[in-house]
Order: sequence, then structure tokens, then C-alpha cells
Amino acid sequence: MSEPILSRNFSVPEAWKLSVAEGRGAYQTAKTVLTTMKPEDVTNAVLASNLRGLGGAGFPTGKKWQFLPKDGKKPVYLVINADEGEPGTFKDRYILERDPHQLIEGILLAAYAIGSKKAYIYIRGEYVLPYRHLQAAVDEAYARNYLGKGVFGTGIDVDLVVHRGAGAYICGEETALLNSLEGWKGYPRLKPPFPAIVGLFGCPTIINNVETIACVPHILKNGAEWFAALGSPGNGGTHLFSVSGHVEKPGVHELPMGTTLRDMIFKHAGGISGGRSLKAVIPGGISAKILTASEIDVKMDYDSLRAAGTMLGSAGVMVMDETTCIVKMLYYAAKFFAHESCGQCSPCREGTGWAFKIVKRIYRGEGAVRDLDELLKIARGMEGRTICVFADAAAWPIQSYIGKFRAEFEEYIRSKGTALARPVSPYKPQAAAPAVSTLVRSGARRLPER
Amino acid sequence: MANITIDGKPYTVKDGITIIEAIDEARLGLPRYCYHPGLSIAGNCRICQVEVEKMPRTVIACNTRVAEGMVIHTASAKAKESQETVLEFLLANHPLDCPVCDQAGECKLQDYYMEYGLYDQKFNEVKVKKEKKAIPVGPTIMLDQERCILCTRCVRFGEEITKTHDFGVFNRGDHSELDVYPGHELNNKYSGNVADICPVGALTDRDFRFKMRVWYLGSQDSVCPGCSRGCNIEVHYEKSRPYHLKEERVMRLKPRENLAVNKWWMCDDGRYGYKSIDINRLRSVNYPESNGASPDATWLVALEKVAAHLKDPAASKTWGLLASPRSTNEELYLVRKLFRDHLKWQHIGFRAPKDPDGDEDGFLIRKDKNPNSAGAARILGPGDLGPVVELAKSGKLEGLFVFQHDLEALFGADTLRAVRKNLKTLVFAGPNLNPTSAVADIVLPSAAYAEKEGTFTNFEGRVQRIWKAIEPLGASRPDWRILADLAALAGLKSDYPRAEHVFDELVRNVPAFTGMSYKSLGKGGLVWAG
Repeated sequence: MSEPILSRNFSVPEAWKLSVAEGRGAYQTAKTVLTTMKPEDVTNAVLASNLRGLGGAGFPTGKKWQFLPKDGKKPVYLVINADEGEPGTFKDRYILERDPHQLIEGILLAAYAIGSKKAYIYIRGEYVLPYRHLQAAVDEAYARNYLGKGVFGTGIDVDLVVHRGAGAYICGEETALLNSLEGWKGYPRLKPPFPAIVGLFGCPTIINNVETIACVPHILKNGAEWFAALGSPGNGGTHLFSVSGHVEKPGVHELPMGTTLRDMIFKHAGGISGGRSLKAVIPGGISAKILTASEIDVKMDYDSLRAAGTMLGSAGVMVMDETTCIVKMLYYAAKFFAHESCGQCSPCREGTGWAFKIVKRIYRGEGAVRDLDELLKIARGMEGRTICVFADAAAWPIQSYIGKFRAEFEEYIRSKGTALARPVSPYKPQAAAPAVSTLVRSGARRLPER
Repeated sequence: MANITIDGKPYTVKDGITIIEAIDEARLGLPRYCYHPGLSIAGNCRICQVEVEKMPRTVIACNTRVAEGMVIHTASAKAKESQETVLEFLLANHPLDCPVCDQAGECKLQDYYMEYGLYDQKFNEVKVKKEKKAIPVGPTIMLDQERCILCTRCVRFGEEITKTHDFGVFNRGDHSELDVYPGHELNNKYSGNVADICPVGALTDRDFRFKMRVWYLGSQDSVCPGCSRGCNIEVHYEKSRPYHLKEERVMRLKPRENLAVNKWWMCDDGRYGYKSIDINRLRSVNYPESNGASPDATWLVALEKVAAHLKDPAASKTWGLLASPRSTNEELYLVRKLFRDHLKWQHIGFRAPKDPDGDEDGFLIRKDKNPNSAGAARILGPGDLGPVVELAKSGKLEGLFVFQHDLEALFGADTLRAVRKNLKTLVFAGPNLNPTSAVADIVLPSAAYAEKEGTFTNFEGRVQRIWKAIEPLGASRPDWRILADLAALAGLKSDYPRAEHVFDELVRNVPAFTGMSYKSLGKGGLVWAG
């Protein structure tokens, strides 16, 4: 890893303050671009950079922007999805908390590119400190006329509103987010129409993830080719990986797209904590299918992980060592999805609750081996039959945990819950490597629960 | 237009319609809960899964638009498996209390289980318990949250049709529950419709609840007589259990789709107005000497008594007739033929004074509470009741023939008393008892609208048929039959085996109806030419 890009200010004290951020070069790119470039050139640069949506879906960002109606009479909105709710993911939090001006500069550029005069940031309600820093940054930017009417003395207006969510995971789904932002219940919308045509308040809307937009100033500063070259083919740039679980150095690691999972765990995250051995990894947040210890040579980018049968998702890498009970993992995953299903579509509403009841029964030692097939049937039934991909996300842990660890499930069921994974050996910290130590999330390390 | 294939057969359909619209147009079956043609697309029940060739997964027919060359399968293995899977989810937490559920027999969960489900139930867990079972949410509707499948049809009805914003879905996941908003009750003029559109037993009609299992109901098409809109309805009556609830034959009314008139809806006044068919009816012929005679003889005597007055040449000036805008076109035509054209009666009126309190909205409800004012005006010409009643009140008439009207309700008790006092003979024909019938010398009991055939003309000039659902109560007879018999007794050729024959003659004599026949009116009616 060469120079950090998105995380370059994360360890700078008070980089969320405008004076500090400007000392580090913030808003220089936006000033130049807004006065010298045409909006379509900005879009073209983003398109050429191979920047892909870093919220989880990995859709090419420039292409998304081009979906807007060309001769639209209605206003265009830019909405930033900062509802980072995917378990195992905390990368956007770092940007919001530690370098919000990077995001605001990206918003200026993106709003300029798509012709939007009003942008919203929908921030997760639980993110209190990130919200305070972000709001302070927005206020400072307004005070300096970096936001508002005629930014930088140009004729360009960009208003930015920070809106706090109320705690529902589903509001990270972009159309549920729009409903929530409009004041409705956070139900995902039927598609088509897609938000680029009918979005916020019925107007064309572009919704991008925090990190995606934070990349835009860097692309325009250093060039699309530079950005594309950082990653792997078709997957431009670096990515903030949220590494958690049984590693020596959990935290946000900025690495090029295409870094192998093995390098990420053993080189950048310091290896498995306590010297124990690796059991499994979830590479992209709780929704992503699990990988076993033998599958970690996969490259961490959208296309490679899809080929490996899982997904990059939100890049929340959850590392589990040999002491992890996979039944318990599924218990927590199933509980999460049953709790967070919005309840709109019948397969998801009923399927997530049904699956959780079965998993709970198994976990309590009251399961039967045939329950596993029933779970797989429920998962298959939910998958692909709903308005949004929540049901798929709820199905994948069931399918992959049982699919890859069926023997352990069966053993657990047969022994009525007494056969746990290998007992925990006493914790022996290894010598911590100093690199990117500022990124280590203090307090994130916890001994595995029994 | 787009050429598509559904289940192996080619169809040409309008561009841009949804697959489910194409399927409905072709009259093919496909299960649906949340989809309703009168409401926005919600796409949440997920049951209308169809297979579209070249698409990787089954799609919902309600939110997928047709495209040229699309090949759709509604019953392929893939489509059926998908429908069955969704149905199993919908039933997972359903209480399956069909034996005590009033919706049983017209429940889409039951119907689709038999048609598309038939799997062995595998749900082995404890079902979600919800609070509200059999809780009234307003004067007309009862809510059972556990039976609700959260299709949100009722929510959308309140948002989009009545705009009264009654229902919402509260909580999330499998604890989602339907309820009215806190502090709100479902109390609007169209509230009964939510029981119709509820595909399951979650919202049931408090008026109909537990009166009768739906499989004992017969159904006959009709038109609501409650106002001049003429909403198309079905009359649901007891069919096979005549010993059950003897005094009540009509159990309920349901709206019948007619896109030109009422779409899929009807108002509560109309819906619950059916009770007059069984309650407060005139059942027997009555005249001063009628005690103890057999019903047929009584009719003959009564009609001859009336005919005796008609034959008096002076009657054209000394008698008045109050025709009714609640009568059918056929009946009004016979009034015209016999009394106006043949007997040359001078004093004929039908139009009641305008009711300043009659409610009206921009939707279905009309101020004029009569189903056939337009027909009466076209057939009889202008004719207010007022002048005729004035003559009777001031003693200038000897006799008055009243169809249906209640003079007390229209002109006050004093007027009725004065009219009665100054008349020698008061003849009343109508289905229901009222203060006017109570003081009549001769009472001719007529059949209610659900007991006869005929046509009404609504305010827009749409002529619509009514059909006979049940036999006339007691000795009552349709007014068109009474009038035809009187015409015969008065010496007119009067050969009308059925109301249709009266209509055919009406068509030949009243230009607005030119070209119409019962056949051409069909189910939905026709609008007058010009």
C-alpha cells in the first residue's frame, strides 16, 4: 500500500474542522473544477476512473449519473447514503467523523456534474459523533460560501441538508431511504421506476454512498487513469475495508481494490488474534456469503468475489477464528434479519421470522436435522421474490453457513447444542505491527463469546 | 400494440400495460392479493408470479410491463412453484381459523390454496400473536389483525379513493400489523368497500358478519336505487336455506364493476339500504271490504275498483296521479300510456320538491336520491308533484293515485291530513308502508326493485337493467304488472308477458331510447343518444 488516499486525514487531529482540512488541501479541486470544467467532463472523468458504488452494489458511478433524464424539467437531487447499517461495516463513519470536508467537496463536484442544486446526506441516527462533526463541517462550509448560493463566487448553487435516520437498517436501501427522507415509513419502493427517473419528491435523484462521493475529488485532482490504475481491472481506486473479528488489528484499512483476502487478514490486519487458526471470513458485511479458511486467496474486488460465489458488498470483513460457533453466527445473522425486515413483502416478512424461529430452536438444542433442509427451502423461497434485496441478503447467510458447515450444524443438533467449536485458548497478544496503527479501532477487540 | 404470448396463445395488447392487465383482459386466471385495478400498484404480496421467457427469475405480473414478443407462462412449473412458495409464506403466520371466520367461502387464501397451493404445511413454530381480533374499527367494519396479510389494499383505498387516510401498517417484520391510526375511526361514506377489497377475513362487514355462510347466498345483478348515480350492484340473497332467517331474504349488497358508473365501489348509504326490501313491506292488497278474501280475488277486486274510477270520463279532471322517480322506465311508460295518452288525465306529477339537505360529493353520491328521475322526466315530461298536491289539498280533486311517495315526508303531516280529508278516494301503490299508504283507501302492494325486472336511467342518461333476485313478498306484484292489468281493465290492448315487452314498446315511442333492447343494454347499460 502506497499513499493513503481516502484515509489520508484520518489520523490528523481535528481534520473535520475547515481550517485544518483546508491546510490539507480541501476544496482546492472543487474550486478549480467548478470554474474550469464542464459538468459532462466531470461525469466522463468519473466514468473513466472505473469508480464503482462503494455502498455495496458496485454499480459504475459515472454510468449511474448518466441515467438522469437529459431534458429534465424537474429539479435533480443528490442524496448521500450515510446510513451505514450493514453489520461489520464502519468505513463511512470514519469519513463522516474524521474527514467530512472530503465528502462535502465530493458532493460539490457530483452536484455540479449532475446539475443538482440541492443535496441531502441521510446519516444513520446512531452515528452521533459523526453527525456532530459532519454538521459542524457543513455549517463551516456554508459560512465560507463553499455551500449555498453562488459557491466559490461562481453562479452555482448547492444546498446541503443533513438528515438523521431513526435506526432502521432498511433505510440504507436507497428507495427506503428516499421514503424515509420524505417523511414516510422506510419501505423500499417498487422498481421500476428507478430513482434516476422518479426519486426524491418524485424528481430525478442520484443516490451515492459516502465513500463513493469522497473518491470524486481525488479522481478529479489526480486524473481518472491514475484512479483506475490503483485498483484491479474494472474496479477503480482503493477501498476502505472495515476489518473486524478475530484479528490482531481490527479497524478501517485502506487498500487497493483487488488485494487478496489473505494479505488483508495476515499482512494488513496482523493475522488471527491469539495465534489461533482461521475458520471463516465474511467478506462484505453480514449479507455476504461466508468464505472458509481455504478460500481466502480471492481478490477483494467486486468481480472476483462474485466469481467466488460471494460479494464485496460493503467491504465489512468479519474474521472468525476456530473458536467461533457457526450455529451461533447464524443465530445472530437470522435474528438481525428478522428484526430488520421492513415487513412489506410477504416472503421476507414471513421468511425472516420463520427462519429465525427455526435457528433459535436449533441454537437452544431443540433442532432436528431436517430443520436444516427446511431453512434452505425458506431461504430459496425468499430469494429473488421481493421488492428489494433484503430477502436475498437474509437468505445468503443461511445458505452459505449451512452449505459450508453442514457437518458442524448436524453435530450441534445431534448433541443438542453441547458440541461447540474448539474451546478458546488463553489469549496471547502478538507484537502489534505499527503500520496504519492510527486506523485501529480501539475497543473493537473482544474475546469470542461462548 | 404489442404482440405477446400467454400460456401458448397469442394476444395483441396495448403497449405499456402490465402483464396482469393483459391476463385479465384475456380472462385468464392469476392469483393476486395486493393488486386491485382501482388502486395503485403496491407489489408487496408477491403472489402474482409469472415466468417470462429470457428472464432469469419469475416476476410479478402486476408491476412488469408487456413488451413486444414477450412469452409469458402463468402455469409453468417455474411459475407455479413460485406462486406456491409465496402462498406458503403468506399462510405461515395466518391463524387458519377458517371454521369461525366469516370470510370463509369467499377468502382468497382459501381459494388460492386450493388452486395454487395444496402443499403440506411445514410451519412448525409458534405463530405471531397480534392484539386485535374482532375489534370494531368503525361503525361498519370489524378488524382481525392476525388474519391480515398486509396487502395494503384498504390502506391505499383510504389514501387514494376516499382520501380519509384511515389505515396504516404499524411495526415491521413479521410483527407488522394493520390498524386504523391512533384516535381515528373508520367512518366515512364509503367505508364498506374495504370489506369488499380485503381478500381475506381481516376486515369484515359488521352488518353481514355471521348472518349467513356465503355459500348459501345467491347473487343477482342489479342497480342501486339509492340515488341517481345508479351504482351497479349485486344483490346477495339467501338461496338454499329458506328456513333460515325467514324474515330476511336479502343479506347484503355488493358493488359490481362498471367503469362508466361506479368503477368498483358503492357508498354505505346504498350498501346498507337493502333492508327496505324485507322490512316494513306492504304484503297484502287492502281496500275497505277486503277482509278475508283470497289473495287473487282480492287483487281482482281491488283492480276493478280502481278501474271503475278510471272509466269515469270525469276522472281526467277530477283525479290526480303522483308517479314516482323510483319506478322503472317501463312503469313510467305505462303511466304515460294509460293515464296521460289514453285517459287524458290532466294532473300528473312525479318530481318531488328539491331536498336542500340531500348530500352530494364529487365522487358517487348524488343529491337526487331517486334512481330514475331522468327517465321519468324524459318519459312523462316536466311534472312537479306540488301543483297536484295543492289541488288535492284545496279540495279540487276527488281522487289521487299515489305511487310510492309519502306526502307526509315531502309536504308535512298537515298537508297529508288535508289531502286525506278532501279526497274521496286515495289509491296507493308501493313496496313499503308509509304514512300515506296508512291512510289510503286502496293499497296495491308492489314488488321491490330486487323482485322485478326493469330499467332505470341514471343522471347521465345511462339506461341500466335490474333483474329479479327474489320473488315478490306476500301478495305484492311489480308495478308494471299492476299498470298493465289496469290498462287492460280500462279497455287498452295490454299484452306484456314480461317487462321486456313494455321496454320494447317504450323504445318505439320515446326517441331517447331508440335502438335499445334488454340484450343491447347488457350488464353495463347504454347512454341515451343525443
